[in-house]
Amino acid sequence: MAARKPSAKPNVSPEELKQYYHDMLLIRRFEEKAGQLYGMGLIGGFCHLYIGQEAVVVGLEAAASEGDKRITSYRDHGHMLACGMDPNGVMAELTGREGGYSKGKGGSMHMFSREKHFYGGHGIVGAQVPLGAGLAFADAYLGNDRVTFAYFGDGAANQGQIYETFNMASIWKLPVIFVIENNQYAMGTAQKRSTSTEEIYTRGAPFGIPGQLVDGMDVLAVKEAGEKAVAHCRAGNGPYILEVKTYRYRGHSMSDPAKYRTREEVQKMRDERDPIQSVRDLLLQGKHATEDDLKAIDKNIKDIVNASAEFSKESPEPALEELWTDIYADEVPQGDAVEA
Amino acid sequence: MATEILMPALSPTMEEGTLAKWLVKEGDTVSSGDILAEIETDKATMEFEAVDEGIVGKLLIAEGTEGVKVNTPIAVLVEEGEDASSIETSSGGDAAPAPAEEEAPAAPVEAAPASAPATPKAKAVEPDWPEGTEMKTQTVREALRDAMAEEMRSDANVFVMGEEVAEYQGAYKVTQGLLDEFGSKRVIDTPITEHGFAGIGVGAAFGGLKPIVEFMTFNFAMQAIDQIINSAAKTLYMSGGQMGAPMVFRGPNGAAARVGAQHSQDYAAWYAMVPGLKVAMPYSAADAKGLLKSAIRDPNPVIFLENEILYGRSFEVPVMDDFTVPFGKAKIWREGTDVTIVSFGIGMTYALEAADKLAEDGISAEVIDLRTLRPIDYGTVIESVKKTNRCVTVEEGWPVGSIGNHLSAYIMQNAFDWLDAPVINCTGKDVPMPYAANLEKHALITTAEVIDAVKQVTYR
Repeated sequence: MAARKPSAKPNVSPEELKQYYHDMLLIRRFEEKAGQLYGMGLIGGFCHLYIGQEAVVVGLEAAASEGDKRITSYRDHGHMLACGMDPNGVMAELTGREGGYSKGKGGSMHMFSREKHFYGGHGIVGAQVPLGAGLAFADAYLGNDRVTFAYFGDGAANQGQIYETFNMASIWKLPVIFVIENNQYAMGTAQKRSTSTEEIYTRGAPFGIPGQLVDGMDVLAVKEAGEKAVAHCRAGNGPYILEVKTYRYRGHSMSDPAKYRTREEVQKMRDERDPIQSVRDLLLQGKHATEDDLKAIDKNIKDIVNASAEFSKESPEPALEELWTDIYADEVPQGDAVEA
Repeated sequence: MATEILMPALSPTMEEGTLAKWLVKEGDTVSSGDILAEIETDKATMEFEAVDEGIVGKLLIAEGTEGVKVNTPIAVLVEEGEDASSIETSSGGDAAPAPAEEEAPAAPVEAAPASAPATPKAKAVEPDWPEGTEMKTQTVREALRDAMAEEMRSDANVFVMGEEVAEYQGAYKVTQGLLDEFGSKRVIDTPITEHGFAGIGVGAAFGGLKPIVEFMTFNFAMQAIDQIINSAAKTLYMSGGQMGAPMVFRGPNGAAARVGAQHSQDYAAWYAMVPGLKVAMPYSAADAKGLLKSAIRDPNPVIFLENEILYGRSFEVPVMDDFTVPFGKAKIWREGTDVTIVSFGIGMTYALEAADKLAEDGISAEVIDLRTLRPIDYGTVIESVKKTNRCVTVEEGWPVGSIGNHLSAYIMQNAFDWLDAPVINCTGKDVPMPYAANLEKHALITTAEVIDAVKQVTYR
């Protein structure tokens, strides 16, 4: 990916730009803290960090409206923070505590929020994609104009169920945006070693689904593409594919030594393409914010993240009775679309 | 020389059919490939083609005749110059039944296979319907359709999706008529992509709908089992109770007839293992209806295991505005004192037939139909075993990790002191299903094996 300056003419107001800076930085600092807590043994199991990919979810959330749905894989912390879920609840789920979004029973990979229309948090590569199309199916059935963002990676793009879903989403004109977060490595396998085409977004064409390549290190480019995709879906034209080229700075999970790429490759990306640094530059160069303004944002985020870490340590472990709850529902959970 | 044309078997489970329409008349010349008639099977209306050429000498069965047995002569072809009036057919007219009455008798006719005993009278401990309720005879297939139609009428968020459920009217005709009544928005033909459409169904349930996902058979649901277990069954728990999948996965399960190893597996024990799922496996039409209505209303994912051979069986079904059967309540089909036979689904045919024959030998068997496998009505089983002191379980599935294995362990732990003999599990054999008719018969459970097992535990 060629190094490139952020969009010269921002399609947003300075306030919005500051908000994106805030949201992306929150994800980064939160993930750094999560990595730290993992190292301390407070977080267990698998923990997949989102550092480097922040512009993808922040840009797409900027294109979404209230009531739109989102669903993703196990690398899900960034999506949850970007859609407004409480950092305390997310961090406490990472530590497996009562105050977590799933009362400690889901973990890093399995969190949900009906209130924020976040449908997980799924651990089987690609399985969230038909689920996302199903959410869109429900909205189409109920006759509202909501859209669903179904996120998956370049690795999942080789799963068969993705193409089964493309086919049905196309014939049924489902309002779903398939967001391929191409971070260029399916765990440790580079895209060129695993994927027959370089341009994954073209894989929708045989199904009649338009696709678009997006610079995922540029939050404004992501937002712009997201708006186009949302308009397409909301107008009843069926699904849309966005292949968002991004980069993960950390390993696949905390236990990944990342020997499949060089330190130089990662460092070059951080130096030249960092999505947060480029928005910071835009704000300062355009005189939309001063160093002091940004310091205040940094400080605010540091406080939020520290508070979430404190909360996640202080929240008690779930009561043992919780082992036996939530296996069966007594009542049908009320879907947030049922009223339509 | 005259050639008899016989009623064809047009599906694996077809034993009889309706001669819907003749497309030739006496005196017509036909050649190979010409369509002779339309025949309605247990699954569909099929065109029946001529194999031989000749002149239609005689039509032996009138159009509109129902219940024409497979292999009954239905017409005779003659050669040029041959006199049709002199023809004598082998079994001729008397093998052909008169057009069936509006309400077919519940008991299968003589020619039905040995595995189809007359419908016994059920004696539920707590009856499923009030005494004196009007009853009607219905097939399991019709009962399932009525259950779906009733629930779709009362809840606009219930819809059915699957392969051939709409325009084809159901691969096994279970969804017959639903498209006409509810339209293509709610009765949805899917492409042949089980993994994908099962996932879309689960997502639609997350999104507030109540999907009924039909698998043409549960054998094909293996393609979708990740979505059933990892997505549908576990999400309520993983989300701390925030969201789950209120939906039904339904379709025929287990062996049909002569369809080979990949189309003949019984998944009862597999799905019954999974916390978060509910599992129903009805035997009778009344249970099929009552349990399916309960399943559609249930706020959890339900695996609803039907059986292709049972689809065409008739039973008495109560005529009620809203008849449901609760999950976790077994039905005692026959009370007895000497042994408890526990079964479910098509296994009940062997259990009940064995009980009939054992009665002739003076052995009184109590026959329990579990009806649901998750939850299981342990109480009814234990209470019965404490009375009879002996137990035999009957199922068509494989022996290792079977429902019978589980029940045996449960009985051992909870009624050990009451047992006078080890529990015996009668199951399908530990082999992939063979195709050859004789091998297939032996691969499945047989009534003789159930009788032998009962004689072992009663030391006769």
